[in-house]
Amino acid sequence: MRRLRKHFSRKYLREEALPTPFCPGCFNGVVMNAMFKAFEELGVERLKGYVFVSGIGCSSWIPSPHIKTDTIHTLHGRAVAVATGVKLAKPNLNVIVIGGDGDLAAIGFNHLVHAARRNMDLLVILVNNLVYGMTRGQASPTTPEGMRTVTTPYGAYEPVMDVAELIARTNANYVARWCVANFNQLKNSIKEALSKYSRGFRFIEVIAPCITYVVRYEGKTPGQKIKELMKVCRPNTETPYGRIGILKAEDKPGYLDRYFEYVKKATEGDKNA
Amino acid sequence: MRAEFLSGNEAVAKAALDAGLKFYAGYPITPSSEIMHYLARELPRKGGMFIQSEDELAAINMVVGAALAGVKSMTATSGPGFSLMQEGLGYAVMVEAPIVIVNVMRAGPGTGQATKAAQGDVMQARWGRHGDQVVVALTPSSPQEAYDLTIKAFEIAWGLRVPVVVLSDEFVGHGREVVEMPDEVKEPEPGWGPEDYGKPPFGSEDPRKPPPLPPLGEGYDLLVTGSTHDEWGYRDVHSFETHFKLVKRLKEKVLGNIEKVFMYEYFGDDKADILIVAYGSMSRPAKAAVRRLQANNFSAGLLKLKTLWPINYDVLKSYVKDARVVIVPELNLGQVVYDVKIVAGNDTIVIPINKVGGGVPIYACEIVEKAQKVLG
Repeated sequence: MRRLRKHFSRKYLREEALPTPFCPGCFNGVVMNAMFKAFEELGVERLKGYVFVSGIGCSSWIPSPHIKTDTIHTLHGRAVAVATGVKLAKPNLNVIVIGGDGDLAAIGFNHLVHAARRNMDLLVILVNNLVYGMTRGQASPTTPEGMRTVTTPYGAYEPVMDVAELIARTNANYVARWCVANFNQLKNSIKEALSKYSRGFRFIEVIAPCITYVVRYEGKTPGQKIKELMKVCRPNTETPYGRIGILKAEDKPGYLDRYFEYVKKATEGDKNA
Repeated sequence: MRAEFLSGNEAVAKAALDAGLKFYAGYPITPSSEIMHYLARELPRKGGMFIQSEDELAAINMVVGAALAGVKSMTATSGPGFSLMQEGLGYAVMVEAPIVIVNVMRAGPGTGQATKAAQGDVMQARWGRHGDQVVVALTPSSPQEAYDLTIKAFEIAWGLRVPVVVLSDEFVGHGREVVEMPDEVKEPEPGWGPEDYGKPPFGSEDPRKPPPLPPLGEGYDLLVTGSTHDEWGYRDVHSFETHFKLVKRLKEKVLGNIEKVFMYEYFGDDKADILIVAYGSMSRPAKAAVRRLQANNFSAGLLKLKTLWPINYDVLKSYVKDARVVIVPELNLGQVVYDVKIVAGNDTIVIPINKVGGGVPIYACEIVEKAQKVLG
């Protein structure tokens, strides 16, 4: 019998924590795969020096406990704040936040938008599954209008929040939005945000509709949904989920660059202080 | 020895720097802001990080992140901000983050009176979060104690890997006195060393000993979660055993070290007839009251609690048992008095004196009058 080769991503995972608790077909796997491919192509063999911070929700379980490095699983919505503390305490660490639409766009949006305004040196990946998946599919700020959920049983009527566009309007360095059907673009974007654009606030939104509370409710399989998304989510076009593609790519000095400039001013003795 | 004329808030900030503070996050709020102002000026010059956060939720979570990264970190706030920090404080208990939170108490509830002293947050410091836990709270009564107890707060936080609350109040925070500070302060050491890094980061055989907190980024693959976890940090949100073991250990880590944590002072006659139990700024008029009662030929004493939580009931009882009258003056509607009542026998009269608002203290004469009236 032919011996099966270990999947390349196993080296980035705590094997004892597998299998993941995600629903069969969950698009979190696609996000993980894209991220690990990006690391692989960047030549990262061991994630030492990377710290993953996440909040509460299904996508927050991508790093915790699965990714084999330092991972901090925080309170609901507070991942960006904790990540800020880690980054400022140990500026040499690469800090990555992974969270969902409830975590980052609802309860934690204040932290997200202010980290973006500060151009805080973080990579934030928003896995937008369009609902609160972990708590049984309630509507979130990104639930499309008209969608039936347990808290909008007659169809969602609140207008949708376009998170990536909002963040692009701040001082953030890098903002992109892809859907799980844009696998290569997503992978390249993560790669870029860890190499070419390695400072300041980098934000990547991934449209990854919840298999259980969105896709199944539509009467579709994950495969059918991917096919549909491949048609809908063409790069650099407007879609029902907003503009797909790289919305912004700059390399301005990040928060730490500016802070160290400020420290220089402080230690040289600002007479007005 | 350095001696400076400092407000309590400045004393807290200076103590924090002397204790090795390297990270401060905070949100402006009266009457605590001077702590932030001082550190905004000094921390960047001393190789530290200062950040003005978007709100108190961010402040406490940033501080937790910095502490987990191995850096001495602190935040300071007051009433409404302390309410917002409760969630983060509970998280800090669960992940065993050694942080210091200063609450310069003002009159509440709601926005209350932002510039007026109160002691209304003492039960909040103890019980303000969901779930069971023991949080250490220290109560300075003067700028000098604000300095001393802030250093102590870092010692306890890093010695036991627990969050510590410094419950100052507006009288202490804005009051100015001479504060004596040692020339050299020994930076508080963690209660674990590099030799412990390979051991479980969330469990120890002796519950009184804190588990090690290995530094981030050095290959220890630290797994931190605020959910119930086993000794290696793996989430276990189903089993009774894991949860019960964890919360009992977290409690025992503090209570098992109560001798180190619980600090108090006694002033006055041995086995006094009239005992005043006080803490924070209200222990000062209480001390004056003891002197006056003694001058009027009463046997009187003051038990000043420098550590309010956890309270050492054995110590409290040893003083309360000999008293005929126990007076508990508090700048609130009656909070710690109930803990005194728990240890008081049937023959002991426990009398609360409560006032709050307008920046009006409890005066020594009010305590004296009350005592004399009861003893007739």
